[in-house]
Amino acid sequence: MEKEMICIGCPLGCNLIVKVDGEEILVSGNTCPNGEKYAKEEISNPARIITSTVEVKNGELTRVSCKSQRAIPKDKIFDVMKEIRKKEVVAPVKIGDILIENVCDTDINIIATKNIKKEV
Amino acid sequence: MKYDVVIIGGGPAGLAAAISVKKQGIDNILIIERDDKLGGILNQCIHNGFGLHTFKEELTGPEYAQRYVDKVLELDIPYILNSMVVDISADKKVTYVSKQDGLNTIEAKAVILAMGCRERPRGALNIPGYRPAGIYSAGTAQRLMNIEGYKVGHEVVILGSGDIGLIMARRMTLEGAKVKCVAELMPYSGGLKRNIVQCLNDYNIPLLLSHTVVDIKGKNRVESITLAKVDENRKPIPGTEKEYKCDTLLLSVGLLPENELSKLADVQLSRVTSGPLVNDNFETNIEGIFACGNVLHVHDLVDYVSSEAELAGYYAAKYILDKKEHHKYLNIDVKDGVRYTVPSKIDVDNMEDRIVVRFRVDNEYRNKSIAVLKNDEELKVIKKRVLAPGEMEQIFLNKNELHDAKTLTICLKEAQ
Repeated sequence: MEKEMICIGCPLGCNLIVKVDGEEILVSGNTCPNGEKYAKEEISNPARIITSTVEVKNGELTRVSCKSQRAIPKDKIFDVMKEIRKKEVVAPVKIGDILIENVCDTDINIIATKNIKKEV
Repeated sequence: MKYDVVIIGGGPAGLAAAISVKKQGIDNILIIERDDKLGGILNQCIHNGFGLHTFKEELTGPEYAQRYVDKVLELDIPYILNSMVVDISADKKVTYVSKQDGLNTIEAKAVILAMGCRERPRGALNIPGYRPAGIYSAGTAQRLMNIEGYKVGHEVVILGSGDIGLIMARRMTLEGAKVKCVAELMPYSGGLKRNIVQCLNDYNIPLLLSHTVVDIKGKNRVESITLAKVDENRKPIPGTEKEYKCDTLLLSVGLLPENELSKLADVQLSRVTSGPLVNDNFETNIEGIFACGNVLHVHDLVDYVSSEAELAGYYAAKYILDKKEHHKYLNIDVKDGVRYTVPSKIDVDNMEDRIVVRFRVDNEYRNKSIAVLKNDEELKVIKKRVLAPGEMEQIFLNKNELHDAKTLTICLKEAQ
């Protein structure tokens, strides 16, 4: 398998070519070691931190911003978004509060990134 | 009321500046914020990637803001919310309007301008076509979506590849909208590389460089957008038009420092950045009025806003504690690809041992050098493999290098 990608390590944005041959991952086009590391991770375990908002009841605002505590595997991102959209929490909410535990069996929690006080 | 330092704006710049002033031992401070919360625009920037330089970890916007808000509370720094400054005079009288105080004028020994920037609107672009609902600046859409919880649109075209537009392309895709493409007038993107990759490429959203909107259709709500390719003079090429069915157009076409108040105080502005011209103490031409953050020049990283504001706060405090007069300045001239510098002039006799000079270039360049010329001779040359208008550059200048400088120029040259 061969894949092209752009390194995001620095503004240079090297065009990388990654060849996967069994266990071996060969990276070319990179101009520094960071490029190779980035490409290998992107090929073997592409994952992203997901950020969104969750509905809040009785809060000063109606949405609380949230993020996945760790990077979510790319192929599960839209499943995770579905769960986030279904979720509803009650104020008060504090930064770091777990909003969804072990989302989509990823062993990753969705946590709040904003403090939401109770509506007065 | 009389204050030592009044800070206009409670966003990332204002908060960091206030904390820095307080740390110098000045207590009689006031932050004036027009919104009902501190934290500014970070409150709606729910994506992550903030704070890598400041905190060595990746935070979301609200989390980054909260760290500074917590510090302001911990240090007991006074602030007022829902208060809109309507006038600043050159003798540092600040007038604001609020429900509690009505129209109120306060006096300050020093003022720190930290009002941030605003988005360039459709009206500034001369886009032809109808004026239906469904056309938003990217930041407005971001607020509607992330704070108010609206979906904003189902089928979207984005004009402009600024970072907010890229971030919104991903955000709307995650919420189930179809983002058809991002069109960029210039032959290069105005956004950060990592945002192109993680917001567009990840979701197969095409980036059309050298393209612009030539028509908007729909009477009540947007029904379609017509894009066309542009030539090297940024004029649409006839015959290249393509119509995209959509209900929403987002504009991410640049940010403008918000300096109406600065003008009222006779603060001199740069024609390039639209922000105040400042010396190496972040002081404007009006003694005791300082500027930092996006009101000074638009940044790509909030981390740099914070560190710049911290310095502005430090110098504002120093101004009050030991008034130093600036008599002669060394101007920093720019040419050959460098658009401007902040600061634009240095008081060499009174400068710190080492200062940072930030600037932007006017085009995409590969394998160039940034050259600092002193009295027209090379003082230092820094090789750069890539330079882009979307990425702010910085160099350091040392006091001991500059004592005999008559002129100082920063420019680009061919790399050796």
